[in-house]
Amino acid sequence: MLLLPGLLIIGALLLVPLIWLFGLSFIHDDRLSLVHYQRLFEDPSYIKSFAVTFQVASTVTALTVLLGYPLCYWMLRLPKAMQGVALICVLIPFWTSLLVRTYAWLVLLQRRGLVNTSLQEVGLIDEPLALMYNVTGTTIGMTHVLLPFLVLPLFASMQRIDQELLRAAAALGASPAFAFWKVFFPLSLPGLSAGALLVFVLSIGYYVTPQLLGGGSTVMVGQLIQRNVELFSSWGAASAVSVVLLAIVLGLFWLMNRLVSLDRVFKG
Amino acid sequence: MRAVEDRSTAPILQPLAIKVRATTKRYGAVVVLDDVSLDVEPGEFLTLLGPSGSGKTTLLNIIAGFVRADAGSLLIGDEDVTDTPPHRRGIGIVFQNYALFPHMSVAENVAFPLIARRISRNEIAPTVDMALSLVKLDGFGARRIDQLSGGQKQRVALARAIVFKPKLILMDEPLSALDKQLREHMQIEIRALHERLGATTIYVTHDQREALTMSHRIAVLNQGRIAQLGTPTEVYNRPANNFVADFIGEAMLVPVMRCDDYTVLLNGQRVTLARRVPPSGDLMLAIRSEKLRPWRYGAENRIEAVIRKHIFQGESHVILAELDGGLALTIRLPTHVETDGLLPKEGERTAFSLHPEHAVVVSCDGQRPECS
Repeated sequence: MLLLPGLLIIGALLLVPLIWLFGLSFIHDDRLSLVHYQRLFEDPSYIKSFAVTFQVASTVTALTVLLGYPLCYWMLRLPKAMQGVALICVLIPFWTSLLVRTYAWLVLLQRRGLVNTSLQEVGLIDEPLALMYNVTGTTIGMTHVLLPFLVLPLFASMQRIDQELLRAAAALGASPAFAFWKVFFPLSLPGLSAGALLVFVLSIGYYVTPQLLGGGSTVMVGQLIQRNVELFSSWGAASAVSVVLLAIVLGLFWLMNRLVSLDRVFKG
Repeated sequence: MRAVEDRSTAPILQPLAIKVRATTKRYGAVVVLDDVSLDVEPGEFLTLLGPSGSGKTTLLNIIAGFVRADAGSLLIGDEDVTDTPPHRRGIGIVFQNYALFPHMSVAENVAFPLIARRISRNEIAPTVDMALSLVKLDGFGARRIDQLSGGQKQRVALARAIVFKPKLILMDEPLSALDKQLREHMQIEIRALHERLGATTIYVTHDQREALTMSHRIAVLNQGRIAQLGTPTEVYNRPANNFVADFIGEAMLVPVMRCDDYTVLLNGQRVTLARRVPPSGDLMLAIRSEKLRPWRYGAENRIEAVIRKHIFQGESHVILAELDGGLALTIRLPTHVETDGLLPKEGERTAFSLHPEHAVVVSCDGQRPECS
């Protein structure tokens, strides 16, 4: 009984719009039709959009893992007080507006931006690199924005690893590297999977950063939806893309659940 | 019969002597270990006993290689391992909370030290089986760690610590997480296992009964120093100072005056000792509660007290009494139908005797455990 108000709110705010969206995607010219879904599989620009989205999401996830894992490992080794400081440093960008951060990247990555001019001055490159208005720019911006989503669950799960286990491993003859790969890394996997899944799922639906840093050349699925609504006023087409995106995300969660029990992932 | 059996089974592990030399460890201004030297005999079962903060865990961590001493050296056999990292020391350690790897099965846990040593695959399985069999866990290899009871986890930890034929076995309060009955059972089993393996073993505990039950020798630690090193009977019957007397067993420490080499005065009464009175310092008579007997004609060392309370504890009566001058005295007498009727009543003044062998006088050079 106590759950009822909660269920009503979820129903009204989440379920009803979803069903409405789902319904819209099957309507074309006021008639039932599968034309919106057909387009997804036939129109090369749609297919390309999905391909680019998955490519960017995979790269961003891989980059956040490569950056985030050593960062968390390093933070874990800091004294307790410094750990708090480091964690706040990770979180500060989190509290800054997404737009501000994305525009900051715009300043850094443009042809005469800080990155290109520094590289030229050092003499590493002769011509400025195209770091913006393409997949590279989108990837760099999104990796920065999404990194905390990996760091937070991963760091939390690393903190829960019993340090005595590593001492035990050492006592039993394991070199530091052996102990890391056989004991620490497997025990940090649930947190790593949770973080990586979060980053991946957020990446496939990302909109603001690709819109600003990607220019017009790369259109990710999020932008596709926006264009359908804003430019073509085709709610049906936008809904169909959304439904497919939602299905993919749910599918990923299902797959993840099969591989590592999600219960364990979120409990740590 | 048993002796014959024991002789026929050669020790599985190499017994090595352990030498801790002049080891000191400070944390800031606090001296945790103060110039400690300790020689452990090959194959010996030695217990480090002391209250928390006595330095026993620090000493264990130094031997294991987890903590670097500020000064001193450590020898295992003839090898100086002072600067050897823990994973090259070849010491089997059983941790207080087992420290089993939760993501591995029982067999994988036990195989871990072998894999870390790059022992060939086909050698690992039989070695793991043998170790599990030694701790009576045959057939448990495939179990997950969270499917085990506390006692079984303890056995897995033991198997893991002995499977790679360590040069030395360290045990850090391994039984403290178990309930009393299981703990007593495991004490006997660990001793039996030690006899079977033959490896030198250093055991850390704060439980004096456990130390008495299991050890060949006990090193009683207090405030970073070894207060006494001796066999269980020695530390129990002939405590070196008031700290040892107070920490081991149920003893009351009563101030006494020196009379001559074999006599002290307790409340003006002469108490005769079997051993020499320590030459100097403030003297205390350590009276163990079970050593006092109701007075009988002809007995030695009469001690009078007023009975305050009588508590029945099943196997024994505990009698709380008061000496002249208000000092409390605890007397423990076995329950038996033949003597139960003769017990003094509450409020009565009665006399007890203390055998000269059990009249132990210590000097107050050790701190009392409450202060440490």
